[in-house]
Amino acid sequence: MKADVAIVGGGLMGTSTALHLAMSGQKVIVVEKNSPGRHASGVNAGGLRRLNRDLAEIPLSVVAAQMWQDIYSLVGSDCDVKLSGQVRVAENAADLQKLEERAALVSSLGFDREELIDRDRLYQLVPALAPHCVGGLYTAGDGFARPYHALTAFRLKAESLGVKYRTGCQVTGLERLGNCWRVVTNQAKFDAPILVNCAGAWAGQICAYLDEPVPLKIGAPMMMVTERLPHFLDPVVGAVSRKLSFKQMQNGTVLIGGGYLADHDMEKETTEIDFTKLSESSQTVLALFPRMAEVRIVRTWAGLEAFMPDRIPVIGSSAKHPNVYHAFGFSAHGFQLSPVVGRIMSELILNNKSSLRIEPFSIQRFQS
Amino acid sequence: MGDSYQLVIIGAGPGGLCAATTAANLGLDVTVLDEQPSPGGQIYRGISNTPDDRLALLGADYQHGADLVEAFSASKANYWPQTNVWSLNSRRQIGILRHGQASIIQAERVIVASGAMERPVPFLGWTLPGVMYAGAAQILLKTAGVVPANGTVIAGTGPLPLLVAWQYLRAGVSVKAVLEFSPRSNLWRAAPHLPKALVAGDYISRGLKYTLDLNKGGVPIYYGISGLQAQGHDRIEAVEYGWDTLGSSRRETIVTNSLLVHFGVIPRINLTKSAGCHHIWDRGQQCWRPQVDKWGNTNVPGIAVVGDSAGIGGARSAEHSGRLAALEVARSLHTIDTQQRDLQGQEDLKWIGKDLRVRPFLEALYRLPDSLLVPPDDKTLVCRCEEISAGQIRQAVREGHADPDRVKFYLRCGMGPCQGRQCAPAVAQIVAAENLRPVSDYTTFRVRPPIRPLSIAQLANLGRAEE
Repeated sequence: MKADVAIVGGGLMGTSTALHLAMSGQKVIVVEKNSPGRHASGVNAGGLRRLNRDLAEIPLSVVAAQMWQDIYSLVGSDCDVKLSGQVRVAENAADLQKLEERAALVSSLGFDREELIDRDRLYQLVPALAPHCVGGLYTAGDGFARPYHALTAFRLKAESLGVKYRTGCQVTGLERLGNCWRVVTNQAKFDAPILVNCAGAWAGQICAYLDEPVPLKIGAPMMMVTERLPHFLDPVVGAVSRKLSFKQMQNGTVLIGGGYLADHDMEKETTEIDFTKLSESSQTVLALFPRMAEVRIVRTWAGLEAFMPDRIPVIGSSAKHPNVYHAFGFSAHGFQLSPVVGRIMSELILNNKSSLRIEPFSIQRFQS
Repeated sequence: MGDSYQLVIIGAGPGGLCAATTAANLGLDVTVLDEQPSPGGQIYRGISNTPDDRLALLGADYQHGADLVEAFSASKANYWPQTNVWSLNSRRQIGILRHGQASIIQAERVIVASGAMERPVPFLGWTLPGVMYAGAAQILLKTAGVVPANGTVIAGTGPLPLLVAWQYLRAGVSVKAVLEFSPRSNLWRAAPHLPKALVAGDYISRGLKYTLDLNKGGVPIYYGISGLQAQGHDRIEAVEYGWDTLGSSRRETIVTNSLLVHFGVIPRINLTKSAGCHHIWDRGQQCWRPQVDKWGNTNVPGIAVVGDSAGIGGARSAEHSGRLAALEVARSLHTIDTQQRDLQGQEDLKWIGKDLRVRPFLEALYRLPDSLLVPPDDKTLVCRCEEISAGQIRQAVREGHADPDRVKFYLRCGMGPCQGRQCAPAVAQIVAAENLRPVSDYTTFRVRPPIRPLSIAQLANLGRAEE
């Protein structure tokens, strides 16, 4: 089977890249070993966050935020986006000082979205918060979406523009055939002049096939969700000195994350919840939201995700091969960036340059 | 991590009790976890504190449970009643909730004896108040002597509707009708298995006895029933059904404020699924079950499954499989050798072999038609927690969410507090039917612990188990 571009990985990055390429008339095949969004893309926390990004990611997240605001015009669905803000809570003077330094730093770089808020404003925004907090850093217009719904909307739009998904196709090798790349899978072979690696937790394997190794580590961040509660919370809440991401979804359930990792088995593609770590996570919830004590947890899960040592992704062209591109290693905060990453990849592939600065994300940083 | 235990048995029904008694008598350190306040499981629920008059009402089969409990109580096995198990993983770490304290205990060996659950079958109106599973109603009779109001209708398949109707008859409760949903053609399919079944004891004679007594008591039993529907506004007011007779089909209605339904039982597989045990579709039993060898071993080292949780075999069969698994655990821990295991298990293996011969007959006789497994009407509610209908599930499959887990991601069906226990089989059936593939190509939802909801405070206080 032939195409202009073959994308390995049917998660959000691969799907967004496919969509943007198809919008420019490219013929795209997405090669997916399971089903679209089976791992991190389908089960992540869905955070839409500019707040507290790595400095290199800020310009991308600013453009991505604009794209999410008007996501309907891109994919024909609102992806259940709710832009009710994100806030990072300071529990003491030391926390607050860190937030002040952060606010000063980002504003010196010309970004004005991370607003330092005092205690009164914090409790206006989050009345349910435990009384000891002293202030926060707040980004209005941040929020969250439902990841599997977003992925589905991106996929349906891409398919409507002619993108072909081949699911259940596990890549077993990559070959150079003249001007083409041949993607060999357990089912079929796919030929395309251009190859894109969006394989998420399996991207390191693709890099190994390309003889372009990366120090990618796999982790499985755990999430838990509660029974439905009456509405009590608008913004997504994090904390300076604790591992927490806390949000109330549209249906009333509360989604709790924080980056605690599950045990995982890459062969079986399974994860096993570590309840001793989730116990710590529950203690954090109780410290900040004591009213949650009797609320029942109904489900926990974890998703397999790729982490880079410097916690920022690889985005850009291969340093080893022509016509090979990478977008992976988002280190558990890629969801918000997915629309803009698709756009950047399409610009790189079609125009050989990106409208946003992506040098910090080059794969070369691991090759010196 | 909490304390370490040599053998932990989950469930105190006939399988768990016999496994525990056998293992403890061989000198193993045994701890039995059970969610009920007293031993016996669902089948012998509350056996140790049932008044004599109710015992007589429930029949001799029920009284047999008392012997099992007695032997168990005489053994050195530790017994932890009112203990909820909320997780089990492949390393035999067991999350428990006991006296309000959550903890994780480590077991060297685990025997899962978590039994069966009534097969959930969604039909139009099944969520109306006044509609109840017959097994659950029977539990109320066993534990509290509670019976439904006069004029109840009992509908379903298999021996249990007959037994429950018979028990109500003896308790003086009037039953308006028993509706039997097994297709008439099942008789022909079952007939070839009858000779073998006759060898296997008294199942069939007991079924005949219930039928005769019901006839004498004036309870009509209708066969060849289909198209069940509960009608009513705030609660059930009538049962509507189709009656196929002599080549013609007509709709009938019975006015009632109580409908009890029962479509057989299926293994409770949440724990074994969450531990990573391999599960297979059992064609005869029309359900998924963990794959086990004759000693109850699963593919996960140190985790065995016995009784109905390994595949429906009934209470007596569970006793024997419990003993066999206990012998195998003792062998694997070098308390006995292989020869001793084989010798001591000989009678149990023989008994199971004989009893299993009745299964093909019963399975064929009470085989559910596809119309009960795959809700035909799009309006039928499938996931009660999240209010998802059969039509929405079909639509999701057509949009490319082609397996049960993706349907769950997309629609949230199975994400409510019941953890998908009620809708998982129907969702898998609908997905398979919509994809024109056999249901054995699919599995039910991946299990997301906790199996039972746990509060944030309970998880925050996760600690060591008390001795």
